[in-house]
Amino acid sequence: MAVLASAGVEDDASLVERLRTGDESAFVALVRRYQARLARLALATVGNRAVAEEVCQDTWLAVVRGVDRFQGRSSFKTWLFHILLNRAHTAVGKELRAGRPEQDVEERFDASGAWASPPVPWSERADDRIVAEQLAPRVRALLAELPDSQRQVVALRDVEGLSAGDVASLLGLTAGNQRVLLHRGRSRLRALLTADMGTER
Amino acid sequence: MTAYLDGALDDADRERLEAHLAECPHCSEYLAQLRVTIEALGKVEVDDLPDDAVDELVGLYRRWRRG
Repeated sequence: MAVLASAGVEDDASLVERLRTGDESAFVALVRRYQARLARLALATVGNRAVAEEVCQDTWLAVVRGVDRFQGRSSFKTWLFHILLNRAHTAVGKELRAGRPEQDVEERFDASGAWASPPVPWSERADDRIVAEQLAPRVRALLAELPDSQRQVVALRDVEGLSAGDVASLLGLTAGNQRVLLHRGRSRLRALLTADMGTER
Repeated sequence: MTAYLDGALDDADRERLEAHLAECPHCSEYLAQLRVTIEALGKVEVDDLPDDAVDELVGLYRRWRRG
């Protein structure tokens, strides 16, 4: 029996159960739910659309082949992303590195520890929910300007909502490295958004 | 700051940071902007998948099932 969440949407665990029995509609539902994100993550990792497509197809094949063995110790989403990232990294034969130190972070403060150039307020109330909604399309575009390693962590943590532990193990990072990359990525996006606003005045 | 937002600071560090934030409008603004950035990221919409993309993957699935 399918388990429906309160909005009438079937949850991943229920779809996985149906997929185990060879239910094609469950496969379709999972594809509709995740493929767009997989494609984006694959493209961000391999940088080539044709290869990214292949990586996604390989990923779904691995899912249907491996679903019997998937024990649900992690969430389906984490497992899926793990397969995708494995395939993507194999395709390009590269490993993520923690990234080189970046000047924009170190230069924010002057010798006395004060702000060299303080952040310019974005609006009357910088924690306004409406501001975040207006910024969402822009921040999505700006993600592309981050270095790969920062973009992956920010995408997985803040866009996809995976936990710090899951992201660290998905990307083969220590908890500390993951947090440093996350902070640099978020910080860079904040600065890019500020620059955006400056040019609009 | 990210450790703070993650809830990963120990009590002593967290208190020191919060005491500083209470006095420093620049750091408070910076933190508020980080929070808005994170919230905006959480609202990033995922595209709807075009039907032919779904069909292609379903084709793959059916071929695999036929063995």
